[in-house]
Amino acid sequence: MSAPANRLATRNLTLGYDHRQVVRDLEVEIPDRSFTVIIGANGCGKSTLLRALARVLRPTSGTVLLDGKEIGAHPSRHVARTVGLLPQSPITPDGITVAELVGRGRFPHQGALRRETPQDRAVVERCLAETALTDLGQRPVSSLSGGQRQRAWIATALAQDTELLLLDEPTTYLDLMHQIEVLDLCARLHAAGRTVVAVLHDLNQAARYASHLIVLREGEVIAEGAPDAVITAELVGRAFGLRARIIPDPETGRPLVIPLPSQVTAK
Amino acid sequence: MTTRRAHPARCRAVGLPAALAALLVVCVLSLAIGALPLAPSAVWHGLADPASGAYAVVHQTRLPRTLLGLLAGTALGLAGAVMQALTRNPLADPGLLGVNAGASAAVVTATALLGISSLSGYIWFALGGAALVSVLIYAIGGGASSTPARLALAGTAVNAALYSYVAALELLDTGALDKMRFWTVGSIAAAEPGTVLRITPFILLGTVLALGCAKPLNTLALGDEAATALGAKPALTRGVAIAAIVLLCGSATAACGPIVFVGLMVPQVAARITGPDLRWLLPYSAILAPVLLLGADIVGRVVARPSELEVGIITAVIGGPVFLLTVVGRERA
Amino acid sequence: MSPTMKRSVGVSVVFVALAAVAAFATVDIGQFSGGITEADAFIINQLLLPRILTAVLAGASLALAGAVFQSVTRNPLGSPDVLGFTQGAATGALVGIMAFGGGALVVAVSAWIGAVGSGVTIYLVARRGGVTGGARLILVGIGIAAILSAVNEYLITRANIVDAAAATVWITGSLDGSTWSGVVILAAVTFLLAPCLLLTSRSLRVLELGDDLAIGLGLGVEKVRLLTLTGAVLLAATAASQTGPVAFLALCAPHLARRLTRRTGPNLVPTLLLGAALMLWADYISQHAIPNRVLPAGVVTGVLGGGYLVYLLAHQRKTGQI
Repeated sequence: MSAPANRLATRNLTLGYDHRQVVRDLEVEIPDRSFTVIIGANGCGKSTLLRALARVLRPTSGTVLLDGKEIGAHPSRHVARTVGLLPQSPITPDGITVAELVGRGRFPHQGALRRETPQDRAVVERCLAETALTDLGQRPVSSLSGGQRQRAWIATALAQDTELLLLDEPTTYLDLMHQIEVLDLCARLHAAGRTVVAVLHDLNQAARYASHLIVLREGEVIAEGAPDAVITAELVGRAFGLRARIIPDPETGRPLVIPLPSQVTAK
Repeated sequence: MTTRRAHPARCRAVGLPAALAALLVVCVLSLAIGALPLAPSAVWHGLADPASGAYAVVHQTRLPRTLLGLLAGTALGLAGAVMQALTRNPLADPGLLGVNAGASAAVVTATALLGISSLSGYIWFALGGAALVSVLIYAIGGGASSTPARLALAGTAVNAALYSYVAALELLDTGALDKMRFWTVGSIAAAEPGTVLRITPFILLGTVLALGCAKPLNTLALGDEAATALGAKPALTRGVAIAAIVLLCGSATAACGPIVFVGLMVPQVAARITGPDLRWLLPYSAILAPVLLLGADIVGRVVARPSELEVGIITAVIGGPVFLLTVVGRERA
Repeated sequence: MSPTMKRSVGVSVVFVALAAVAAFATVDIGQFSGGITEADAFIINQLLLPRILTAVLAGASLALAGAVFQSVTRNPLGSPDVLGFTQGAATGALVGIMAFGGGALVVAVSAWIGAVGSGVTIYLVARRGGVTGGARLILVGIGIAAILSAVNEYLITRANIVDAAAATVWITGSLDGSTWSGVVILAAVTFLLAPCLLLTSRSLRVLELGDDLAIGLGLGVEKVRLLTLTGAVLLAATAASQTGPVAFLALCAPHLARRLTRRTGPNLVPTLLLGAALMLWADYISQHAIPNRVLPAGVVTGVLGGGYLVYLLAHQRKTGQI
């Protein structure tokens, strides 16, 4: 077993729920300071993999390595100060305000007896500013729009102040404008030096924002690398069962997937 | 949740006579078993021949008890099935959701405060109490965000509130406590011919309404918008279904006291045979529920001889674990 | 100090004041204006003081336990009243009254065993298959509650009418049997466990955000659930063993505290103070509401709390909290 070159990696990782195996023998590395996007068809194990990387899901066998050591062997608080997670459906407590919610992200930096410090408050302020929520800090989360709410949750994960940030389908249920808003935020976080890992549904968004792609099919990695190298018509066919043409995006030059009709139809 | 296998119509058609046969067997047993055991032939003589020595036993106690079990079982089974369909919630049960407790609280009020002690007097209170709680539960369960757990929890909380209220009344009036403590446990042992006659029309009407809304409820299962598009009238269907639940639960509770879990278990078992089609599920529930209720009653007569265990205790002791299994199974899948 | 924090402190002070007023009303200082005789001193020392202290300690314990339950189950209705725990205490007490003659100590011990036993059973059944999160704890609690209710009804039918009445009073919850020895036990348990639970407040706030996020924030989710529920069950069981499971106090106090402080999260300190005040007032009202009739305190909390609950159900479903 070679020592991983990056902070977060998996070795022979097998994952499942009860008796259903979802991911088999997976070896992936999350390149440091990358914006890694995990894509694949529904049920391919994308979110399962992300949950294991955040040690929310225990592996059936194999390991998730953080800094070369099994993630569960680190003190829990140390992991929480290194890897942040935004799960797919977190629970919004009744009546909570944005600032309070973001403040709860400071948990791993506080002791049982220690009160909120000025430093905690400064971090919360900074996270609100980074997610353009400063003016909404005292509003109840339940009164926000879908995009604002998602930004508030991302701010909560940011307040955890971690170098790695894992986001499970952060754009699901948002309309296109808010999707772009959230992805732009992720891109800014990446540009500021964080490692961002996200599960996304939209191939074109993945190709446009990611610096590194991991493509899953039925629990196995079928391709990984830079979007330009990874996204090919052949791969889209294998991963999604979809015929497609790939052209360069006129805006960014990244690959753009144009789906073709599912059967060969005579013009 | 386990996916229900598709069932060929043949299976459902064969099952129905089998269920009826089971019901017949249980009825005969219910007539035969008791403090004075009777052979099947003696039961027959007791039913038909006024000169037979068993005539009095059969006509005065066993027959009313069996008929009451039949009526109450049918009522609770149907009400449970309709409720589960209406709330789209497999854990709905008139006992668990407090409808029976609502009826029972109203009856205790009538007894303790107004001095009404005959069934013909307090059946109206029972119907009123059942109606109030049904509407409350429906208002909660009909909410967009309702989940099985939330609905069950709201029902249990309503049950607890009604329990406090009943306890308060009983504490103010020890006489009421003495009378009501036997009634609130849920029993068909004290059945009299008058009781049976009194609740029959209500339960018949409720049964007709329940069976009548089987088809529209099937459509409603697809969601209000799809149902409306298919020509159903959701508001009317719901109104009829709630009326059926109130009639069935109110009159069954007035006659037997509150009984839990029959309405939960039977539709779940029946659905394994019939699948989700209510046109089959409702008749099956109506037949299988009295099998369960009378069966439980017979067990209660036998296990604690020479005394008896009330049927409400037996159904709770069987039904509780079934409920827990359903819960654990659902959450796992 | 943030404005919500200030409000929280202010509201807590009001709760303490309310409790003090109720305590003075219970002692009814005015009647002793002509000087305190020896008989008066006996009444105050042996009857009224233990009663007041029991009310304060048991009210605070039940309310605190309710707040922890509601926070862990993430549901405003997830209180010991609803989750089988009260029914377990009642089963224990009924057995104590019927089988062992119903001495105060016997009932207290058997109720305590019943309460803790049902708590352990619920946790173990819910635990099968790994986690206790989500709706599981609630649903298992409901199932156990329904079974135990039937058992209790059955036991009451088998009792003679005197025992049945005593059992009904006990299940409703009453302060009539308060003694100094009970106060000592209650005080010991409360002063041991309440501070421990107050320390978990921060963890509970994180747990409320969902298991996944809580694990991501480094919280040992199952461990926190087990520890806080154990503390809450022990606290509530001890309170219930002295006074009976006073209906709905554990359900309503955390709610009212939250509405008044307008703070999210378990709000443990204000809840605890409000619990004590509510218990004192419920006892005072139950003694004076109907002339010449003394009712158990649980009748007042049960009827008022039940009404509040129905309001809550009708009102809160819109917000999707129930």
